[in-house]
Amino acid sequence: MCSGRVDLEFILRAFLKGQDGVLIGGCKLNECNYVTHGNFDALSNTYLFKKIMELTGLNPERLRIEFMSGADGNLLAEVINDFVKKIKEIGPIGKGEGIDGKGLKFKLEAVKKLIPYIKLVERERLRVPVKSEEAYHHYFKGDEADRLLDELIGDKLVMSQIMSLLREKPLSTGNISELLGLSPSEVSRHINISSRHGLIRYDEGRKCYALA
Amino acid sequence: MEGEAGNYKVTLVKTPRYIREDKCTGCTTCVKYCPVQYPDKFNQEISENKAVHVYFSQAIPLVAYIDESCLYLKEKKCDICRSVCQTGAIDFKQVKEKIEINVGAIILSSGIKPFDPRVKDEYGYGIMQNVVTSMDYERLLSSTGPYGGEVLRASSRKHPKKIAWIQCVGSRRVTPGDNSYCSGVCCTYTQKQVILTKDHDAETECKIFHNDIRSHGKDFERYYQRAEKLPGVEFIRSYASIVREIPESRNVVVRYATTDDGVKEEEFEMVVLSVGLNPPADYRVLAEKFGIELNSHGFCKGTHCNPIETSRPGIFVSGAFQGPTDIPESVFSASGAGAQCGEFLDYRRGKLAKQRIYPPEKDVSKEDPKIGVFVCHCGANISSVVNVPSTVEYALTLPNVVYAQQQLFSCATNSAKEITDLAMAKGLNRVVIAACSPRTLEPLFRDTLREAGLNQYYCEMANIREHCSWVHSKQKEEATEKAKDLIRMSVARARFLAPLQEFDLPVNKNALVVGGGIAGMTCALSIANQGHEVYLVEKDKDLGGMARRIHTTIEGMDVQAYLNDLRRSVYKNPLIHVEHEAIISDVSGYVGNFITTVITEGRVKEIKHGASVIAIGADVYKPTEYLYGKDDRVMTHLELGEKIAEGEEKVINAGSLVMIQCVGCRNEDRNYCSRVCCSHAVKNALKLKEKKPEMDIHILFRDMRTYGFKEDYYREASEKDVKFIRYEPDDKPLVEAAVEEGKSVLRITVADTILGQKLAIDADFLSLAAAVIPSASTRGIASLFKVTLSPDAFFKEAHVKLKPVEFATDGVYLCGTAHYPKHITETINQAYGAAGRVLTLLSKDTVVASGSVCEVTENDCVSCGACITACTYGAIEFIETPKGRKARVNPILCKGDGVCNAKCPTNAIVLKHYTDEEIFHQIEAAGTDEEILKQIDAVIETCL
Repeated sequence: MCSGRVDLEFILRAFLKGQDGVLIGGCKLNECNYVTHGNFDALSNTYLFKKIMELTGLNPERLRIEFMSGADGNLLAEVINDFVKKIKEIGPIGKGEGIDGKGLKFKLEAVKKLIPYIKLVERERLRVPVKSEEAYHHYFKGDEADRLLDELIGDKLVMSQIMSLLREKPLSTGNISELLGLSPSEVSRHINISSRHGLIRYDEGRKCYALA
Repeated sequence: MEGEAGNYKVTLVKTPRYIREDKCTGCTTCVKYCPVQYPDKFNQEISENKAVHVYFSQAIPLVAYIDESCLYLKEKKCDICRSVCQTGAIDFKQVKEKIEINVGAIILSSGIKPFDPRVKDEYGYGIMQNVVTSMDYERLLSSTGPYGGEVLRASSRKHPKKIAWIQCVGSRRVTPGDNSYCSGVCCTYTQKQVILTKDHDAETECKIFHNDIRSHGKDFERYYQRAEKLPGVEFIRSYASIVREIPESRNVVVRYATTDDGVKEEEFEMVVLSVGLNPPADYRVLAEKFGIELNSHGFCKGTHCNPIETSRPGIFVSGAFQGPTDIPESVFSASGAGAQCGEFLDYRRGKLAKQRIYPPEKDVSKEDPKIGVFVCHCGANISSVVNVPSTVEYALTLPNVVYAQQQLFSCATNSAKEITDLAMAKGLNRVVIAACSPRTLEPLFRDTLREAGLNQYYCEMANIREHCSWVHSKQKEEATEKAKDLIRMSVARARFLAPLQEFDLPVNKNALVVGGGIAGMTCALSIANQGHEVYLVEKDKDLGGMARRIHTTIEGMDVQAYLNDLRRSVYKNPLIHVEHEAIISDVSGYVGNFITTVITEGRVKEIKHGASVIAIGADVYKPTEYLYGKDDRVMTHLELGEKIAEGEEKVINAGSLVMIQCVGCRNEDRNYCSRVCCSHAVKNALKLKEKKPEMDIHILFRDMRTYGFKEDYYREASEKDVKFIRYEPDDKPLVEAAVEEGKSVLRITVADTILGQKLAIDADFLSLAAAVIPSASTRGIASLFKVTLSPDAFFKEAHVKLKPVEFATDGVYLCGTAHYPKHITETINQAYGAAGRVLTLLSKDTVVASGSVCEVTENDCVSCGACITACTYGAIEFIETPKGRKARVNPILCKGDGVCNAKCPTNAIVLKHYTDEEIFHQIEAAGTDEEILKQIDAVIETCL
């Protein structure tokens, strides 16, 4: 098994189960003993998941990836101590961000539903041409990737959350914007799109939105 | 050593280890308690080790030994180790042991010894504290080194901020005590050390004093550029000498000269001597014992045309004892020595093999999981930190755990037997071993399960040593809790483990060799001599390849005579089928089972074979510069060699001749060194000098790369008044046709960097070191065999150091100049190396695929192809099924990395043994339910 096997859902499950931090360990970049170089896949998944964390209001520093060899025992100890220290500073998951336990679970469940979609997006749209740490950093921290991720994942994430809320009970735009911490105009935009797609309908009687 | 080839009797004298290898588990408790501090030989005696210790952390076997500094051995005073060793492995009664073994063949792979600069005071080594050898520095850089990976000065234990490397220490010198040859590896290892130094501390200033930079290895030119471009790194072409040590700072003063500033003295905080390679310490004894001949430098002398064969039949040599070599050459000559032993002893292949019989496997897949947990004390390694009994008690509370117990050493033979017996007695169907890293012992524990009639994939390990007790030695309680967590996670995963079958596929015993040059023919012969049929496919009308145009080597080998012998042997061998004028039109199949379609002399042939060797050679660059093709006095080195061999009067009687090196490579288009041209130039120059000593010969070069023993010929040429003039790549020589004193000449103008002025040389002939370039058919062959190319478009091996004759595509091998330019002897080494690897495949009846490979649940597959793009082994293909196009994994090709698994949007592709289900449960068991509930409650409370 290669670090490239680390699925987005592995990370998600850990956070969903209340872990405060996730550290992914991989071999040193460009030192693959095979031709897999899957640690670059792990690296791009890390950048992706950090973006998802930002979009869900989680501190992205709760996720870290480090590359080292079997002889780097000292480095591993150093990295883990540093990471634990960092996580302690940030505090328990949710609490550090001011999200309640239920809200956190709700957001992460919404992300879980999106994982198949994110995998497709990653494949089709997010490809870094050069396999180097700098190139990956540059790409994922660049404006273009940011815009793409906001557009492709950010919107979907909000939608996924709205749908999850409406699955419980019909709500007004105001209710939704309050529950998700979004501006009413933002919520309206999403609701309009979803209505057009026939996913949501307006319940005239109750003056609120419900699943179609 | 007595006897004769095929039946040697070798007597070995084994120095006592004072430790019983069968009992020592490598736990190193004895090391902890040993009171004797002794300079650590593995760490160049920079730091200390104990009298009892493991030589180094990757030693095989990973067991301790006691050296002569031991107090008990000296004065019978201390035996603490004996009382702390819980397996009773310490045995002071051991004495020197004589072991006699019977062998058919012997391989000498004794390696080299680094040059010891203590032979001369001028190097300051052993006199000035901050002068170290490159070997010392290598250890300083290593994380298992004397200061745990920190580079420190011996005098102050501080990081040096300014380091000098002095190249060619002990090499390329004819003064007594030094070696006349070039060690061949130092330029590149220094570049590596510089890169690593900058990784350690980006502020460190590095200066490298060098002669020629010899980056003749594959991808080494790029590597040199990478080192050279680092900020604060300066490569200075100058001889350098160590002048003095400054008493207060212990800094070292180095004197050197540059063309701009003249002679300079500069202070460094550390000086690294890039020491060369000497023959093994006891080479004379070695030669005498085995009755083999050495060359004048003390290295083993290969036979006329086979660098692996010694002067005595049945004794072979591999690695650096052949002469200074880099890792890839050592690896392929080792594999080549294996192939030659195989040829030599083929008549009794397999006679000593034994097969192991396991009890039949029980089908327990329908049973509920019944998990047994075994927690290892590892002597005191785990139990001195982790409370082992409490983890056993805890394990018994976990779901599906029906049995748990502790063991002193789970890996000891009796403990492994206990696991087997208990698994049968208690009806266990899953076993969790909480002990050390699965990296070392998982195969052993899988075996114990097989002995109990269980599928080996029902074994799971929790690493509570490296991941727990060893790192948390001061936090015993927390470590115990962590051990429980790890066991709980492993148990959670074990519940979902599935029995997996390893997949056997029959191997076709024939080989296909593509290319009938020296590489292809040598490889084909070696394979055929080991009993396999070989199809040798050549695109030309006759065999021989590029070697047909080479007449001698620099060492004086008659290439044409050798080639004739080789061709004759190939044609005479009934197992080799030669296909001339052949074109490969299609290749299908995979390791062990290839089908290749060849169009040969107008007929279409289908060849079935188990292994493929690519030996298609290389081409020569056709220069467009220096009037080549426009003036018939301008030729390539290859053409010059042919003219000399043919005895063309005009050339051998010429008054003057100029050679220009690096034509068509070491430039932007081809950023690599062709490796062979410097020696070719020297060879041709010496040949001409032999015929007409007064001929005026100039060689215009950038770096003379006559590495290894070829350095001696470079020196000889220089002594015979061949003039070497270095030019800079941005100020290349100019060539024009001119008339001087009524005689038509070629005028070559070059800037002499030493004299600092332009020099015009009038020559009768000009010879160009035209680059060795990838063969025109490279890309076609690469796509047929699904193998990849390096940036310079030579074939790309599976691993540049560790697998230099294999491709990442299983069952396809590589040798000769198709891999990278190389000399004939190197090609022969590599051709045998490829044959050795082919034989490891073909000598087996089946190829075995691991059980832990990927599999597609076809119902879930949406044929998006994400897995196919992700797979770097070409193991996944689309197939047409009644339900449409689906991905399918070829388990023989799958390496089990699982990258595809993480890409599949529908989770249709599954890496067996590491399935989502198994890993999800393991991850989710990281926190106990109570812990999580408590945490969530706390969060909710604070939010309210």
